[in-house]
Amino acid sequence: MNIVIQQGRVIDPSQHLDAVTNIYITRGHILAIGDQPPEGFVANEVIQAENKWVFPGLIDMQARLGEPGQHHTGTIASETKAAVAGGITGLCCPPDTDPVTDSQAVAELIQRRARQAATAFVMPIGALTQSLNGERLSEMYALKQGGCIALSQANRPIQNPLILKNALDYAASHNLLVMLRAENQQLKNNGVAHSGAVSSRLGLPGIPPSAETIALARDLILVEESGVRAHFSQLSCARSVEMIHTAKQRGLPVTCDVAIHQLHLSEMDVMTFSSLTHVTPPLRSHADREALRMGVKTGIIDAIVSDHTPLGRDDKQLPFGESTPGISGLETLLALTLRLVDEGVLTLSQAIQLLSEHPANILGLNVGRLAKGNSADLVIFNPNEVWQVRSEHLHSAGKNTPFNGWEFNGQVEMTLFQGRPVYRAEDR
Amino acid sequence: MSARLTPPNIQLDEQGKLKHFLTLEGLKPHHLTEILDTAESFINPHTNEIKKVPLLRGKTIMNLFFEPSTRTRTTFEIAEKRLSADVMNLNISASATKKGESLLDTLWNLEAMQADMFVIRHAESGAAHFFAEHVAPHVHVLNAGDGQHAHPTQAMLDMFTIRKLKGDIYDLKVAIVGDILHSRVARSQIQALSLLEAREIRVIGPKTLIPPFPESLGVHVYHDMETGLADVDVVIMLRLQNERMKGALLPSEQEYFNLYGLTEKRLTHAKPDAIVMHPGPINRGVEIDSAVADGPQSVILQQVTYGIAVRMAVMSIIMSNAAQLAQAQEPTP
Repeated sequence: MNIVIQQGRVIDPSQHLDAVTNIYITRGHILAIGDQPPEGFVANEVIQAENKWVFPGLIDMQARLGEPGQHHTGTIASETKAAVAGGITGLCCPPDTDPVTDSQAVAELIQRRARQAATAFVMPIGALTQSLNGERLSEMYALKQGGCIALSQANRPIQNPLILKNALDYAASHNLLVMLRAENQQLKNNGVAHSGAVSSRLGLPGIPPSAETIALARDLILVEESGVRAHFSQLSCARSVEMIHTAKQRGLPVTCDVAIHQLHLSEMDVMTFSSLTHVTPPLRSHADREALRMGVKTGIIDAIVSDHTPLGRDDKQLPFGESTPGISGLETLLALTLRLVDEGVLTLSQAIQLLSEHPANILGLNVGRLAKGNSADLVIFNPNEVWQVRSEHLHSAGKNTPFNGWEFNGQVEMTLFQGRPVYRAEDR
Repeated sequence: MSARLTPPNIQLDEQGKLKHFLTLEGLKPHHLTEILDTAESFINPHTNEIKKVPLLRGKTIMNLFFEPSTRTRTTFEIAEKRLSADVMNLNISASATKKGESLLDTLWNLEAMQADMFVIRHAESGAAHFFAEHVAPHVHVLNAGDGQHAHPTQAMLDMFTIRKLKGDIYDLKVAIVGDILHSRVARSQIQALSLLEAREIRVIGPKTLIPPFPESLGVHVYHDMETGLADVDVVIMLRLQNERMKGALLPSEQEYFNLYGLTEKRLTHAKPDAIVMHPGPINRGVEIDSAVADGPQSVILQQVTYGIAVRMAVMSIIMSNAAQLAQAQEPTP
């Protein structure tokens, strides 16, 4: 099967490419990019992409797929469909599944289901400790053999520093990537919202920034001692950005990401008690949001993730503090990131890098770029199409988005995974 | 820009009148004075008796208490009966939710039993908003305390008491003493006092009991009683809960009383005619000395009585607004 994508604006920052040209695809892989077809290439299918953008499929480093365990909130089939509708062709799913991804069997089950769905590339993240209990180390090496791309504690950080130190040392000895979320449970206490002007007003128990920064300081010191490759997930505080910056300047092997909603929302969006804005870590102050935006602009923050958490009605139809935190974010990740381009925070090539090349580099994968020989995972994007988020129209089983009603310029027209169109806008 | 509509204040109807009573945030001063004036009309000026009136005859009010309460529930019940409403008391924590019924199922079932108004107390901040968002359009929600968020009828009865005894709120200096951080009463009082243009609102307590960014609430913070009470017209004491010691927010009741307990001696720092208030129930010897609680400046028991009139006022205003709205929407023949 030979496909040619004709006359699109092909954007691939990894090779400094931004030109109107053609992409030739054969047997699911990119054969060539250029104005002339390679010798002997006969296209079976021609995709016209005039006035469209063509860029690498996005890699989302943090997306929950509802499987195994929480079937009512989504399945690998439903959520990978949502992913490609949002231009995402590669996803890492955290280990807080049920059962926890702390064994090869669970990791393999996830990958098998993903292969059956054949819509996107799913990379399980293994648990750093057994059952994520923060007490006993998981069989990290076996998890890696079983296809886990990294190890993490999802939203249940290890509280005991000795156990964390051992986990990091052990991971370092096998050259495994560890993803950490910095959060001190004692300081978080029973908090549900950022400890700030809004929580003071609404009487919502607060989570101070120190719940993140104190844990981050501890984790950075242990990362430095162990030499492990560490990636910090979902920063939320201005001070955390500074701390990562300092750590990088010291030459530590650390990277970090931010969830896209943190770059658009703030504590002010909690003012109506909408449980849709209940997330972990919490939406923080306007100043924090600005610092996170500066962090992605200056490259201190390496990647943007969706932190996709599909939830059912019953999880959200509760008073704020009793509702389950999380946002269904796969289908708004690209649109919200490109809005940062419209707002002058990022250049287009930065935005694409933050969503594809950088996450791929962090994960050590040769994806997220339109290189010759790579799997043809790419997005054809119509920059002139205006659309509005309608929660009931989301492909994800989770309709829990605080962005309902937001209007965006530019829409995914088609997503190719392994050279096959897995999403077309007319499916919407 | 995106279509980020600021949601309309859900406690107001399309004419800008009270439909629910959830918080004082977002209300206008005239909403508050209407409540105070209406409450006044229920009290016989000579005998201080509260009249029984037929304003809510045929209406069903359900008191849903997800959290135990004696005083608030009782005064609500009396107020409802003085308005001639049919009253149901439901102690929810003990029944439905224990059986795994969801909050909304409970609410909708009660609604199906033809309730016109729910008076709700719940341990979660924002619970009253949540219920108001999900009830049928003809049903009204009155917040009788939600988590640490708001207790608007308590704040209004405090305003009523102050106005009764001081003539006006305007230009007064008011100090609120104690656990502001965990107090829904304090949050509502602060909003009421600023809407009614008190000259200065002070909060007094240790930093562990003051919410973050207090200046954003429009208050001045004091950590000691002597300077905090200097020259104030009204002293509002808050109840101190035992849990604060367990949560390591305070060392002991003894030390708290030594620093923040209201004694006769401390009260001399306030204006000579200052009044002392407390939402109750009081902890004698913890936040307030008996000599002050029972003393000439204390108006604690009057607060309780006025609470009935104020709650009657809120309920009758909401029901009469609903009737007016229904009339306005009826097509003219």
